Amino acid sequence: MTTLAYTLSDSATMTRRNVRRLLRYPSMTLLLVGLPIVFLLLFVYVFGGQLSRGLGNSLAGGHVGRDAYLNYVVPGVLLLTVAAAVQGTAIVVAMDMTGGIIDRFRTMAIARSSVLTGHVLAALIQTMTGLAIVFGFALALGFRPTAGVDDWLAAIGMIALFAFALVWFATALGLAAKSVETASNTPMFLTLLVFLGSGFVPVATMPIGLQQFARYQPFTPVTETMRGLLTGAPIGANGIAAIAWSVGIVFVSYLWAMRLYRGRRDS
Amino acid sequence: MNTAGRPAIVASGVRKAFDETNVLDGVDLTVTEGSIFALLGPNGAGKTTMVRILSTLISPDAGQVSVAGHDVVRESDAVRGVIGVTGQFSALDDLCTGLENMRLMADLNHLGRSAGQSRLTELLDRFGLADAAKKPVTTYSGGMRRRLDLAMTLVGEPRIIFLDEPTTGLDPASRRMMWDSIRQLVTGGVTILLTTQYLAEADELADQIAVLDRGRIVAEGTADELKRRVPGGHVRLQLPTADSVYAAVALLEGASYDEKKLEVQVPTDGTVAALRYLLRVLDEAEIEVHHLSIHTPDLDDVFFAVTGLPTEEALAPS
Repeated sequence: MTTLAYTLSDSATMTRRNVRRLLRYPSMTLLLVGLPIVFLLLFVYVFGGQLSRGLGNSLAGGHVGRDAYLNYVVPGVLLLTVAAAVQGTAIVVAMDMTGGIIDRFRTMAIARSSVLTGHVLAALIQTMTGLAIVFGFALALGFRPTAGVDDWLAAIGMIALFAFALVWFATALGLAAKSVETASNTPMFLTLLVFLGSGFVPVATMPIGLQQFARYQPFTPVTETMRGLLTGAPIGANGIAAIAWSVGIVFVSYLWAMRLYRGRRDS
Repeated sequence: MNTAGRPAIVASGVRKAFDETNVLDGVDLTVTEGSIFALLGPNGAGKTTMVRILSTLISPDAGQVSVAGHDVVRESDAVRGVIGVTGQFSALDDLCTGLENMRLMADLNHLGRSAGQSRLTELLDRFGLADAAKKPVTTYSGGMRRRLDLAMTLVGEPRIIFLDEPTTGLDPASRRMMWDSIRQLVTGGVTILLTTQYLAEADELADQIAVLDRGRIVAEGTADELKRRVPGGHVRLQLPTADSVYAAVALLEGASYDEKKLEVQVPTDGTVAALRYLLRVLDEAEIEVHHLSIHTPDLDDVFFAVTGLPTEEALAPS
């Protein structure tokens, strides 16, 4: 086998290992999927009636009242799902790094990147599964996307790319954490970024300073792109911005994570 | 067993400091191919750090280390290809079964499905884990975990194996089983470097022993060579009365005594002739002896002699 073949084989082995571990520990996945579902219910049924009044016609997508808000909020809830799921990734990575088995891997002649690749791919599978569950829930509540086939494929590609970026980022956070507790706390700000963007209310309704922040942070263009693809709202330059942010986060997080992994020096 | 003669591991002048504390302070060692080498020392002596350097997990601050002829820093991948490591803390996937753990190793060693399967079956059998193979490792006892750990290390057929405190925390029966497994390995020509804080374990297993204390090798040799460096062989006599104690002490050169315990200690070189002479002298003086024991110096004495410290391990059951 060539080096590339070994790398692929080792990465596949590590992915299988991590998927199996996630399946053995389903309560964590359920917990992480539970959070966005609770927020979806809360925002649609408690706040939705009131919040829908602030949506213009273009954002309401032809719906009125609670249905209009459901239509608006689903992309935000999908991003919340990604943010919550990668919190689990950071925990799983940190837990794995504190166990003895990583030292075993590091003394074996296997592709160095495969340990992290395995975590990332398994986490991506977990996140996409979580997204499918949350999306199914949204459909059950009455969410009706207007997307055509191209839009659907683009939406899946967009959320998968963004999930891939945040999973790499969370992997780096998990590696950087000194303990599992730290790893479970540091990615929490990602959840907050969904709220400090266009996930739950239009950015234009925010005070000026916050608007500035909300417009130029990565969650907003991704939310807007998803919203546009699923419900037909205007996308504008958000599509390019969303892809640029995602690719940038993947690149930086990958380098950071590999550096942390190679440089692990504990006694 | 020291017949092959070629060195499998050579380390010279190895230094390592953590936060300005010298953990290793110039360690030299040579391990002959096909032998068992024991690095003996108390907690904090630097044993684990040495194993981590030898197994490419960390780099030394100074010094040269070669394993199977490859430099551990510059050619770490080549080193990883020939070594197997069983660390002090179990390197198992707790969420998986024993068999799944083994199969992971087979996959990472790129063994084909059928070759891998037969090797796993053989190893699980050899380590007495065949019945528990399909159970999650969280249900395993301490001894079973260590055996699985070692079995996982052996999947890749390493030529050089590092065992960091392989029996620490095991009950005596599990320890015996582990010792048997380790002895079996060298019959196949494998080189083993193990660390231990149990003097009895080094004595039992190792061809060559190095005593590590505060980051330095303070003594090195075979178990017998080390014991020879230490005086202290004596015969201990248990006598019936204080009067017989005084009588015996008057007759025997160099004897010391404890009148409360009714004990006399006589230095001896441990030969049969010396013992026969001792008994004849006592017989002729008609001194009755209740009990006699011969004490040859063990590694506890060695450890005490070279480090000046009694070890907590000296109290551990052997």
